[in-house]
Amino acid sequence: MTATAPRLKPRRRAEIGRAPQDTGGNWRTYLALVAVLALSAFPLYWMFVIATSTDEAVSSIPPTVVPGGEFVNNLREVFTLQQVYFAASLINSFIVAFVVTASTLFFCSLAGFAFAKLRFPGRDKLMIVVILTLTVPNQLGIVALYILMGKLGWNGTLLSVIAPFLVSAFGVFYMRQFIMHAVPDELIESARMDGALTMRVYWSIVLPAIRPALAVLGLLTFVATWNEFQWPLIQLNGTEFPTSMVALSDLASGNYVIYRRVLAGAFAATVPLLVLLVLGGRQIVRGIMEGAVKS
Amino acid sequence: MSLTRSAPPTANPEPAHRRASESAPKQRNWLHRFDNKRVPYLLISPFFLLFAIFGLFPIVFNGIVALRNWRLDDPTLTGWAGLANFEKLIHDEAFWNALGNTFGIFILATVPQLLIALMVANLLNRKLRGNTWWRVGVLLPYVTPVAASTLVFAVFFARDNGMANWLLSLVGFGQDTPLDWRAYKWSSWIAIATMVNWKWIGYNALLYLSAMQSIPKDVYEAAAVDGAGPWRQLWRITVPMIQPVVIFTVVLSTIGGLQLFNEPMLFEENPAAASGGSNGQWQTIAQLIYKVGWKDLNLGYAAAMSWALFVIILIIAALNALATNRLGGGRR
Repeated sequence: MTATAPRLKPRRRAEIGRAPQDTGGNWRTYLALVAVLALSAFPLYWMFVIATSTDEAVSSIPPTVVPGGEFVNNLREVFTLQQVYFAASLINSFIVAFVVTASTLFFCSLAGFAFAKLRFPGRDKLMIVVILTLTVPNQLGIVALYILMGKLGWNGTLLSVIAPFLVSAFGVFYMRQFIMHAVPDELIESARMDGALTMRVYWSIVLPAIRPALAVLGLLTFVATWNEFQWPLIQLNGTEFPTSMVALSDLASGNYVIYRRVLAGAFAATVPLLVLLVLGGRQIVRGIMEGAVKS
Repeated sequence: MSLTRSAPPTANPEPAHRRASESAPKQRNWLHRFDNKRVPYLLISPFFLLFAIFGLFPIVFNGIVALRNWRLDDPTLTGWAGLANFEKLIHDEAFWNALGNTFGIFILATVPQLLIALMVANLLNRKLRGNTWWRVGVLLPYVTPVAASTLVFAVFFARDNGMANWLLSLVGFGQDTPLDWRAYKWSSWIAIATMVNWKWIGYNALLYLSAMQSIPKDVYEAAAVDGAGPWRQLWRITVPMIQPVVIFTVVLSTIGGLQLFNEPMLFEENPAAASGGSNGQWQTIAQLIYKVGWKDLNLGYAAAMSWALFVIILIIAALNALATNRLGGGRR
């Protein structure tokens, strides 16, 4: 200890040398965290304020900071707008996100199981290939993918924004990591001894053990799919089947944009994800901290 | 667990392998061999099949499209173009402008993002009351759709009656002529970078936090001998120890940042234009690819541009990883 050490308060001195995660937060920590949280939440809050306001309130100086009572009115305007198909777009987003999530969970857990627990020639090399595909920027093939969808006759349909995302490299990787640790080899061995086939092992041993991982991957996939913008815009812009993100961009386009209307729509398209965050926040945090990659 | 364990025997009273040598029906042998040799490949095949169709094939095909004339408005204009698309690219001012914008926004968005994420992670890396809820809280921006949050920011940075200008006027700037955020490169870059920073700080903070929590605790005890306070602890111990994750986030933000599309698209007063401002002040490359391909309907040229972007991403990601590595090594 240097000469300054004795001048420290006893509590402070006890904290030096302790790992940060064992140190309690002081009032400054909590103050800073409250500030971080306020900044994180502010745009959402303000989205709601404008979504509930009248035109005059939106353009007042100083700005209004309390919600008004016009939310239902604004939302009704959004839903009744011609050419935007907002109600349909929410349903479309649900369909796309649901199908993509269900299929990702199924295919990724199967492949993750194979990579984690089955022995077959080329396994490790193939796993490296899976990981390498994570680093390919999605802009690279976007033009050709569009042409391909055209040849398949899928341009402008929901199929075109579902098919490319039915299984993900990250999901396979994540499932493999989880299954490696969560499913004991002895359990699989003894089932094998009893003559169980691979799919039987997957169904009655692996699946029950990986429910937490399915929840995490499911939430992350749903959020990412719901928020997808560029590809759905290319595919669905100008059709009668937009996803809600595409409908939002339609809502914000045009010569005269009405903010309270745009943000009422934006808020409506955000609510499902806020619900997910409240219900599954714990899982989403865990998924990201366990090495969630690639948004 | 014990239930599932006992389930198979009831379904299969006399398992095949126990009577394998004598009376095993050929069919069961065949089934088990198939199960051992082929089924693993069947299980991983959906990934490889879908990747081959929707990932690999488009990449290869993109290379071909880039070398051809391929226009959506004039299907008769086909045939090989050779390197004409790439030649056009080199002389295209819009491309170089977009490249500059992409870099500018990328720097403004990445450096503060990762530094602040480090600070937030450091705050979260304590014994806190309501541990989980702070972490869930910083993820609010992450789950918010970019399309939705960008539209809020577009209002926030409005010239007339925008909240950003109001805040500036409180501290004495632009009372007479409010700043037109969309009119200049620097101001539009700052606005867009703010959106990107907002969205990704919490996410990166959690990545750092998870690395911080796996640092062995005795490392901090050793540091106490030097009398290192919290701040020195952060820079001398924590940051060097989580260096692999830092490199990882740098690479990730590079890949993401150089493909920036959503924010510049929706910052526009009329997003359908995809022009990135009246003079392309903030048009990014991804946005230009979209415009060239689906507004100007020149897919061949757009494909060439995606290749150029890919090469640029590769170079920058490699340089970044190298620089971060060097920096961390020096500090240790």
